[in-house]
Amino acid sequence: MKRQIPLALVFVFGLFMIFQYFVPHEKSEWVYEFLLDWILVIGIFALALGIWSLYKVSVDKIRARKENWAYSYVTLFGLFVMILFGFTAPNGESWGLYAVFVTTAILTILMIIQTMVAKSQKGLYLGLAGLFLAASVVIAIFDGAWSFHFYTAEGLQNYWFRAFFDHILIPILSTMFSLLAFFIASAAYRAFRARNLLASLLLISALIVMLRFNPYLQPIMGDYMAKTSNWLMNVPNLAAQRAIVIGIGLGIVATALKVILGIERGYMGKG
Amino acid sequence: MRYVLRCVLVAALLICGTAYAQTEDMVEDTVMTAMAPAPATNVNAFDTDNDHGHSVTVTWDLSVDDGGGTGAVTGYEIHRWSPAEMVTLDSLRGLLSAVEAELPNVADSSAEANLRRDSLRLRYAALIATSVAVGDDLDTEMKARRAAVKEAFLAALDGLPAAHARYPENGNWQLLGKVAAGVSTYSDAGGKEPTASSFIPDYCGFHYKVHALTADETVYGETAPFGPVECYGQWFNTGRVPVLLAVLIFGALTIIFVSIARRGADLYVRPLAGIEAVDDAIGRATEMGRPILYVLGLGTAADVATIASFTILGRVAKRVAEYQTALIVPTYEPIVMTVAQEVVKSSYLDAGRPDDYKDDTVFFVTQSQFAYVAAVNGIMLRELPATCVYMGKFFAESLLLAETGALAGSIQIAGTDEIAQIPFFIVACDYTLIGEELYAASAYLGREPILLGSLKAQDYAKAAVVVFALAGLLASYASWGHVFTDLFKVTN
Repeated sequence: MKRQIPLALVFVFGLFMIFQYFVPHEKSEWVYEFLLDWILVIGIFALALGIWSLYKVSVDKIRARKENWAYSYVTLFGLFVMILFGFTAPNGESWGLYAVFVTTAILTILMIIQTMVAKSQKGLYLGLAGLFLAASVVIAIFDGAWSFHFYTAEGLQNYWFRAFFDHILIPILSTMFSLLAFFIASAAYRAFRARNLLASLLLISALIVMLRFNPYLQPIMGDYMAKTSNWLMNVPNLAAQRAIVIGIGLGIVATALKVILGIERGYMGKG
Repeated sequence: MRYVLRCVLVAALLICGTAYAQTEDMVEDTVMTAMAPAPATNVNAFDTDNDHGHSVTVTWDLSVDDGGGTGAVTGYEIHRWSPAEMVTLDSLRGLLSAVEAELPNVADSSAEANLRRDSLRLRYAALIATSVAVGDDLDTEMKARRAAVKEAFLAALDGLPAAHARYPENGNWQLLGKVAAGVSTYSDAGGKEPTASSFIPDYCGFHYKVHALTADETVYGETAPFGPVECYGQWFNTGRVPVLLAVLIFGALTIIFVSIARRGADLYVRPLAGIEAVDDAIGRATEMGRPILYVLGLGTAADVATIASFTILGRVAKRVAEYQTALIVPTYEPIVMTVAQEVVKSSYLDAGRPDDYKDDTVFFVTQSQFAYVAAVNGIMLRELPATCVYMGKFFAESLLLAETGALAGSIQIAGTDEIAQIPFFIVACDYTLIGEELYAASAYLGREPILLGSLKAQDYAKAAVVVFALAGLLASYASWGHVFTDLFKVTN
């Protein structure tokens, strides 16, 4: 039964997805959109599991003092601080005791983590966590300068939320992306080593395609380089790509059919 | 005498002025009559085919002055007759959205909020007959208003077919859009949600007319109205018949080959070097005492590449459990994490080592692409895995991951159906499953007849594609290219 019900669900909904592709009617669209909404709902619940997983792995790392364990504190700090900022916003110009609240809330979380990872003095950390929690709750109740916003996106406009996002996260992500340029160079160096006939052909083709964009060679080579480069891109390259795309398309249909018919069950933990 | 002369002069000037003005008007009239182009002809409107409704296609024959004749036509305007109820519906829609926007702000007692609410009450009173007690709690009042507006809105919606049937009483022509000269079709497509301003109701008799415009937009040739025409959704998209046929034929082929395989026929499958290398790579990791890193990519659990990757993960996890090697599976998507945890747990159970399974083998990292890359690269450089396996959907992070893996000295096996990333993996990894090989891996690993049968069906389908491609080539040489390609034409 544990296997039959999921298989039956996959069969029914898989068939419906095929059916709806051929039925443009509004009613079919409605069911399709309803099912897509369910994916969102499941995704939100799964996100809670994901956050729990991240928290647990980080805490375990701190507890076991694994290599670079201190960075796990940064991960947890970032996680909880962004959640806190994302749900709170000032009601006017004044921030009131917001800074004190954030500090006590973060200290509460840190003390809870310490309680989980500490090998001794757990009681002390737990007591401190309770103390900081009480302080945060008192500030949250009595400070009218800011409030929690669970139902609206106001917290996402919080200055600190935006500052952390725009001035810390975005530059870090851009830095990661920019590394790609150097990795492309090193990968190209390895790929273009003329070790055999095929690698030599690859090198020559790559040189033609790259030199085509060199403005200084244009007067010397004329249109020859551009034409050769276009031919390389539009004939052999495109032909190979299309062959792969056709194979992928058929593979997707075959795999989808296998999943719908219950032949392929790898996603259920049974190959 | 001088006075008389002055009067005569003024009278003469007045007469001249009036005569000049009259002449100018006459000239203008003549120009207008002369410049009005011939209208478009044969206006036709019909429900747009193969859609969900809410769309009418209007066609016409070009005016004789479009491109020919006087050549004065610069474009066409398309108009639809709209009953007064459509305006009421728009007002109710606006009011409904205003009330709904106000609901979360009932706690706001600022002067600005009070002004906004007063304006809302006035708009409400102008449109809805049902009164609401304003003195009540603000939240209750707004909820009561929302209910009343919603009711009126739904009633107005129900009344639209009757309102359109009343043509041409109590309504006016609305400009829908303009098209350039030489164009003879217009799609009046709107939204399906009644709360959207672009909403076009189904099953209402619409009337259309087309204006042939000139450079002076006040001068145009107008067609007679055409209608009524209703739009509605279809139950079958005839434009997708070729896809349906292809799916049915392919499905039948799969079932035939699966049953042949079940009867015990020996089906040959080309060896996949990338998959054969998996066992060796796990052995290497065991000998070196280092972990194996398995990356499922950025795909969701609904992507076929990720589904295929789960099967390979299951096989890798089983071997890992048998060899008692460490496995690290950082995931990008929480649902993928949940499924992967189940897959790995089952594999440990199959290998007879359920106690060796650890909860932190599969874990969630982040849903930010480059933050995920940073985390996985960090793991690679800290843990120095003996083997890195990348199977699933990959995007810009593919080379960042594979190059770092190469720096860490790992044996790398990759597989993706993202065509733009395949070259990066080929360059940076030791083995790469190209496109469909990723999907074939599960059949290759399992060696089950039914899975091999589906692979055979794929092979025959590919052969059919090659045959059709050659037939298309020959048809194009024989000038039947269009006839042949039309057989495979798919519309959305």
